[in-house]
Amino acid sequence: MAVKSDFDQLVDLNRGFISREIFVDADIYREELDKVFTRAWLLVGHESLIPNPGDFYTSRMGEESVILCRDKKSEIHVFLNSCRHRGMKVCRYESGNTSLFTCPYHSWTYTTDGKLQGVPLYRSLYDGVLDRDANSLVSVARLCNYKGSIWATWDKDAPDFITYLGDAKVHLDQALDCRDGREGGSEVIGVHKWVFPANWKFAAENFLGDTYHNPSHRSVDMIGIGPSAAAGKKGRRDDELEKAQHVWISFPEGHGVHSAIQPDANEYVESFLDNPVLEQYFRHCFEERKRRLGEQAKLLPFVGTIFPNTSYHGRQPRGLCAWHPHSPTSTEGWRFFLVDKDAPAEVKDYLRRYYMRYSGPAGMTEQDDMENWLYATAASTGTVARRYPFNYQQSMGAFATDHPLGGEVSTQITEQIARGFYRRWTTYMQGGDWNELLGAPAGNRQAAE
Amino acid sequence: MSAIVQDKEKGAMAPVANSSIERSAAYYRLKADIEDFYYHEADLLDDRRFRDWLDILAEDISYFMPIRRNVKFGQHATRENTRIGEGISWFDEDKWTLTKRVEQILTGVHYAEEPLSRISHMVSNVQIKAVRPNPEQPAEVDVISRFLVYQNRVEYETYTFVGRRNDTLRATQGTTQANWKVAKREILLEQNILLAKNLTMFF
Repeated sequence: MAVKSDFDQLVDLNRGFISREIFVDADIYREELDKVFTRAWLLVGHESLIPNPGDFYTSRMGEESVILCRDKKSEIHVFLNSCRHRGMKVCRYESGNTSLFTCPYHSWTYTTDGKLQGVPLYRSLYDGVLDRDANSLVSVARLCNYKGSIWATWDKDAPDFITYLGDAKVHLDQALDCRDGREGGSEVIGVHKWVFPANWKFAAENFLGDTYHNPSHRSVDMIGIGPSAAAGKKGRRDDELEKAQHVWISFPEGHGVHSAIQPDANEYVESFLDNPVLEQYFRHCFEERKRRLGEQAKLLPFVGTIFPNTSYHGRQPRGLCAWHPHSPTSTEGWRFFLVDKDAPAEVKDYLRRYYMRYSGPAGMTEQDDMENWLYATAASTGTVARRYPFNYQQSMGAFATDHPLGGEVSTQITEQIARGFYRRWTTYMQGGDWNELLGAPAGNRQAAE
Repeated sequence: MSAIVQDKEKGAMAPVANSSIERSAAYYRLKADIEDFYYHEADLLDDRRFRDWLDILAEDISYFMPIRRNVKFGQHATRENTRIGEGISWFDEDKWTLTKRVEQILTGVHYAEEPLSRISHMVSNVQIKAVRPNPEQPAEVDVISRFLVYQNRVEYETYTFVGRRNDTLRATQGTTQANWKVAKREILLEQNILLAKNLTMFF
């Protein structure tokens, strides 16, 4: 097990170098599962996956299988998917509706609120010994339904989710809120799940706002696959932010986003030109949002990662990702595709087609991401390779700390968001308390670095 | 799928197995013709003649690969597969999108296929489920088959994709060989979580 000071050496933010060990080493990986994934808030799913009492959806938190379910009283729970008796998964269905989870091994049964109900031969074998309440399914310590997205943590001392989000909240909101500015109102229209041989942090970092990796998507940009591609526009999406000031922000909690601020006029940029119905719809949504949010409507989302392993795409193509670790060099990617629940059918249909051609392992854009993550991981496992840390010196020091959006705001492409992510990763790995994990006061933080 | 049931009094062989089409000489010729077509298609893909492959797809092709889900016994018919035209699948697309995929590979900078993978398509278990209007003059044929697609990528990456295809093939003119076009293709990959980093190949 690495000691506290090791991490300061592995993650050298003053000079801008990060050791490859943290991307490939098996011991560090085991420690990550313990120190990061049992403490941080993790995305589990979305309420639209379990709309009715008794509905369940099996999910993951780190390497663990969990059950997201809605009990008879419509309360949402997240449980470890493992029987308290011998550990068998009590649910191996992806989703469904049930009144009980029955363990296939010895038939212990649990209700949808996690209580141990049925124990075969209880009276003759367990009477007076087995405490049913103490043998409920293991529940997460805290759970939050945030605008329909479900988050959980195993740490009872974790701050509430809104505190955890900090100033990254308004950016995540852009992915979760309706296109016309109403709060929430999204639904998941499908989930991609796939396994790729790369460390999970490559994916998380990619979505923090690594705009610098654009050249790897040259092929889609050349042919054009966006919502105006059939109308003749090249690129993988419409440049809805073409008039905006892009901002890259690192937040003290480890989150990072790439968003954009529209100029004062805040004019709609033509998008979705392939279909006049969509074009009209999104123009309408844009104007409605402006009317509802006023000045605040100038902030538009792009991408971001909520520490440690939840990423979002805020506009084209919209969705939430969870990067579930499998091993130091293997990750299970989940992508929840989002639309406004009350969007017209034609809009939803167009969006789902666009999402499929853009995203995930069958998506023309993201296939190239996976290729990068795989071979970056593979070429970092060697004894010699590990002696040479990754370079994170891009735009060192080029950020402001007095921006109204909070955090460290850069107006140029920057690895400050990655440096901020690993700064906080280091605090987790050093077993920091929650004050430190949320980003101690700037003075202390600088001293610590 | 509505199979053409021939009048048994004509004296042809009785249908066998899971297709109710009578085993006439025309049926067997049609089946051999379709198998040839599939082998030709496999060659086009494995020889990386992607534009030629696009030519054997109907302009109105529906190309669909659902996501397979683990569901309770008894729910397979209704819940196992994601549905065409609804939500998110691996593929649910038209010729425009398939053409984009080909164009992307041909840019030479689609890094997930640059350098190109080595891929072999094997097609087997070909069964004709229905012929419209009849085996003597087939205009449209519903065919099921199994596939095994082997991919080797760069040095050490290998993936094996196994599953079923439910196709509708359309004869473009008469019954001349190799004039088939794929009008519908449903690809059932036998995996729940995709055990591969990418689906850059065609099925």
